[in-house]
Amino acid sequence: MSFFQSLTERDRVFDFMTPQLSKVDVRHGPILYMEDVTVSFDGFKAINNLNLTIDDGELRCIIGPNGAGKTTMMDIITGKTRPNQGSVWFGSRHNLLHMNEPDIASLGIGRKFQKPTVFEALTVFENLELAMAADKRILPTLTARMTGEIKDRIDEVLETIGLTALRHQPAGILSHGQKQWLEIGMLLMQRPRLLLVDEPVAGMTEQEMERTAELLTGLAGKQSVVVVEHDMGFVRSIARQVTVLHQGSVLAEGTMDEVSMDPNVVEVYLGADEEAA
Amino acid sequence: MWLTRPFNERSTQIFLLILIVAVTAVTILHLAVPEGHPLYVSGYTVGLLGKYLTYALLAVAVDLVWGYLGILSLGHGAFFAIGGYAMGMYLMRQIGDRGTYGDPILPDFMVFLNWDSLPWYWLGFDMAWFAFAMVLIAPGLLALVFGWLAFRSRVTGVYLSIITQAMTFALMLAFFRNEMGFGGNNGLTDFRELLGFDLRSEATRLGLFIASAVALALGYWLCRAIVGSKLGRVCVATRDAEARTRFLGYRVERFQLFVFVVSAMLAGVAGALYVPQVGIINPSEFDPIFSIEVVLWVALGGRASLYGAVIGAVLVNYAKTVFTGVMPDAWLFALGGLFVFVTVFLPKGVAGLLERRARRRDDADVMSEKEATA
Amino acid sequence: MWIPCYAVTTRIVTCLLMGLLSWLPMTAAAQQQDGQALLEALDTRSFDDKAAAIDAIIESEQSRADVWLQALLDSDLQRLKDDGRFVIALETAGLDVTIEDALTGEAMGEVSRRDLDRLTINNALRSQLRSAISLVELYNGDEDARLDAAEGLIGDVEEAQVEPLTNRLDEEPSAAVRNRLNQALAVYRLNQGDVDAVEVLAGSLNSNIRVALSRAAQSDDPLVVDAATAALADIEQNLKINRAAETLYFGLSMGSVLVLAAIGLAITFGVMGVINMAHGELIMLGAYTTWAMQQLLPGQPGLALILAIPAGFMVSALAGVAIERGVIQFLKGRPLETLLATFGVSLILQQLVRTVISPQNRTVITPEWMSGSLVVNDALSLTLNRMYVLGFALVVFAALILVMRRTRLGLEVRAVTQNRAMARSMGIRATRVDIMTFALGSGVAGLAGVALSQLTNVGPNLGQNYIIDSFMVVVFGGVGNLWGTLVAGMSLGIINQVLEPWAGAVLAKIIVLVFIILFIQKRPRGLFPQKGRAAEG
Repeated sequence: MSFFQSLTERDRVFDFMTPQLSKVDVRHGPILYMEDVTVSFDGFKAINNLNLTIDDGELRCIIGPNGAGKTTMMDIITGKTRPNQGSVWFGSRHNLLHMNEPDIASLGIGRKFQKPTVFEALTVFENLELAMAADKRILPTLTARMTGEIKDRIDEVLETIGLTALRHQPAGILSHGQKQWLEIGMLLMQRPRLLLVDEPVAGMTEQEMERTAELLTGLAGKQSVVVVEHDMGFVRSIARQVTVLHQGSVLAEGTMDEVSMDPNVVEVYLGADEEAA
Repeated sequence: MWLTRPFNERSTQIFLLILIVAVTAVTILHLAVPEGHPLYVSGYTVGLLGKYLTYALLAVAVDLVWGYLGILSLGHGAFFAIGGYAMGMYLMRQIGDRGTYGDPILPDFMVFLNWDSLPWYWLGFDMAWFAFAMVLIAPGLLALVFGWLAFRSRVTGVYLSIITQAMTFALMLAFFRNEMGFGGNNGLTDFRELLGFDLRSEATRLGLFIASAVALALGYWLCRAIVGSKLGRVCVATRDAEARTRFLGYRVERFQLFVFVVSAMLAGVAGALYVPQVGIINPSEFDPIFSIEVVLWVALGGRASLYGAVIGAVLVNYAKTVFTGVMPDAWLFALGGLFVFVTVFLPKGVAGLLERRARRRDDADVMSEKEATA
Repeated sequence: MWIPCYAVTTRIVTCLLMGLLSWLPMTAAAQQQDGQALLEALDTRSFDDKAAAIDAIIESEQSRADVWLQALLDSDLQRLKDDGRFVIALETAGLDVTIEDALTGEAMGEVSRRDLDRLTINNALRSQLRSAISLVELYNGDEDARLDAAEGLIGDVEEAQVEPLTNRLDEEPSAAVRNRLNQALAVYRLNQGDVDAVEVLAGSLNSNIRVALSRAAQSDDPLVVDAATAALADIEQNLKINRAAETLYFGLSMGSVLVLAAIGLAITFGVMGVINMAHGELIMLGAYTTWAMQQLLPGQPGLALILAIPAGFMVSALAGVAIERGVIQFLKGRPLETLLATFGVSLILQQLVRTVISPQNRTVITPEWMSGSLVVNDALSLTLNRMYVLGFALVVFAALILVMRRTRLGLEVRAVTQNRAMARSMGIRATRVDIMTFALGSGVAGLAGVALSQLTNVGPNLGQNYIIDSFMVVVFGGVGNLWGTLVAGMSLGIINQVLEPWAGAVLAKIIVLVFIILFIQKRPRGLFPQKGRAAEG
């Protein structure tokens, strides 16, 4: 869609004026619905006939060995990768396959990358400021002013992620774990309906992990959270519902106990990687 | 207000102060000091300094996209040259029937080529307001089309650098052709007057020097305002993690396009002020080497500081003037060496050195200032 | 064509043929004695007597008969005033004439023009001489000479020559020469109004034949007009195909130059990800190495060129290593800074050549075996130097593919580029691999320079002219894909040549540049992109 086209499209203006949370239609059940999705890179099927449903307010953990397609799945939901076939719906109104990354993001899907990605040259405060839900078009961004309300909101999140003391330091100097939190904080600022969190505790100490677990479980209910994680201990500590991916499709689904009993899962995953469990 | 914010920044205050002092000093030394006095600034020097100032504005434009947006444009010379051509076309029309062939409408080179009427794209350039608008519109439009195509398909980094270079190269080849109607090889020259002022008089020269300084100040202020706004922070975010910015809901390509177009327009203004001061515009301004040289000015001065770009432009061009006068053969060695030296040993440029000293001096001060601006 | 002297010509031809058929070896002394007598006979006032003397020369079987006849035709056959010796003037500079002995061919230095008497001829004799010479040539032992003579006869056959030519046709061993003779005779018949002759001429690309056919197409005989018009249309078609073939050849040739220039870049930029703006100057160094080699081996340009191949590779490879060690290694992971720094290096190298050698272009000699052209038919001839360069480009490309696919170095390069840390932990010395790869890419640039020295001027700006093109080719083909570079280079070369006739060289280049710029917007990863997760970064 061209820049000019979008300027003349009146419904876009209404889009941001309507409150963020009411955009998604979840009256008919799930907030995310993936059906028969397939992606192949040079003939290799990274995702193969994947079916996945996430309910509104649910906290779902997704596990699976390397190459199971976890990151690719997130790429599809956020619009980075286009599947060869299948459909992906956000609520019952928005077909995500017809939208690009910024559209999807402003619809209320937030993503935390596997490798923590924060804006290293900007301060912690500025990182959160940019992430905040706001009118993200050019002129409003150019003329945006820092109000007390916004400051309060940022301070609140700074408190939550425990980075208040470092608020004016460039994000580049943060430790690995702090960057992970900052990124989670950025997600919170976005006020998304659905959070996609890729390996949130990689490189964290035990205490940091506990805090992260607390954070994520606190979010569930208000927002839907999908966590991809390798650390089985962490998954066990937060998971209510677990989905096991294997070779691009769902191998098993259920509570942690259920899936760890599943003979298929034991064979392809847990069996091969006992100590991780 | 985003537009007034720069006046609260110390770096902008210092920059504008130095600029004002320098311009005033030059003006006084030129007008009030008698010729022959060691402190006298000649008309030639004033013209030279005016040229440096237009280069400085061009460097600021490049720094805006390279420093803050991470787009290394190797084609900004093209926007500079197009702005220059727009001004040159106006100046050509101002010659009127005083050309060698005495044609009241057609510039000399068109008479020489046996053309019997003006091409359509020359129409309107006899009016100053139209020509001055074109100084902004023509480079802006090129940047808009080029940038829209490039950013939409997410061409970034080295690839973008290479195609901007190809763009200016293609334009250079095109402007060399007589059929294009821009004077081919020789370009546009033999200008007489600008807005009624005789271009050969010393007073006009001084006026153009001051106009260049004002343009630089305004351009610098505009860039600072953009950079200091939330949009500026989105630019830096895009520079450092484009995908992340996109996932935050920013339409990165539009921000890139916006800043790219603004930068191209600034380059166009610089070109338009450059042409009457040097008295000629020809396709060599499109030469990719010139565009890369501009990037060197920015790199030497220090990326992402804006005032560094100004320092770099003035330093390198002063060195060029000195070298080409004293030992012309050595200039390319010096320039080449400078490229290597700056990138390898001085990645943050002169501004980086200044800032490191400043930070050591009052670390706490900076902290509290940031608190105030945030 | 009206010929003034049928009788004489007929006589000459008959005698000539008889003479040739009964060729007998003669002693050199006898030849000289006879020769002197034969030439004496030419020195007479009467043109009739001269005609007879010419006939006698043709009959004589003298080995230098053709030289005499040619010299006589060109008014170069002269006589020294003081001793009456016959000489041939080779070169005239003012009053001085360089001469050789007509009988022996021995050089006699210079004499004044005033010491010479010229043997004069008239128009009638001129015609007689011309047809005699071409007929003499037809009996030459060398097939190429016979072919040239037969070709010269097309459109120039006179009535008197028809019979001997027809005879010759039966004896001629070479099919090509027979074909030419047939065409020559057919043009003659066509000029006489013979419709059947058109059949022989159809499809020929010779310009004289086309002239004859278009004249016939305007004759009075409707039958002839129809046949000639049809044949002309046929020829036009054939010409078009040949022109297309020529364009393709030039396109491939230009493409091969682009591929050569870009393929080194495809390694340093495509595989290693290093932007080397001094790549063009590495090409330039290769070209200057060729020049230097030829200076070292004067008189042996061919040998020098062949030696320049390894030398050019080494010089540029070493320069490349110096650049890698001196600059690029400090800028790992900062591609834009690398671009700037190497641009600085390119300025220095250019200026170095200007200062040390000269700002002017240097001439590199093309060895004999590379000059000239391969004649496919009358409308299509392919210059040999371009063909060699095309072949060279393909060989270099194949060699590179082999290096990358089959050697330890290639394996290590791919390992390091895909995952540096992993490759290091497996014992690959990444730094060494970097140096080797960069040396390889730079060396190939040197090879490109050696090849380019045969096609363009060798000067300080040589490299600069190719750098943008080279980057375009690599990006267009898809970074990291050698085959993509080959296809991209060749297709850009062909596109350029196709556009040139109607757009002009400069506009064609602009169009190609704009096309690539637009193409990259559409497909940022080039013609043959790398897919999958690795390419996402």
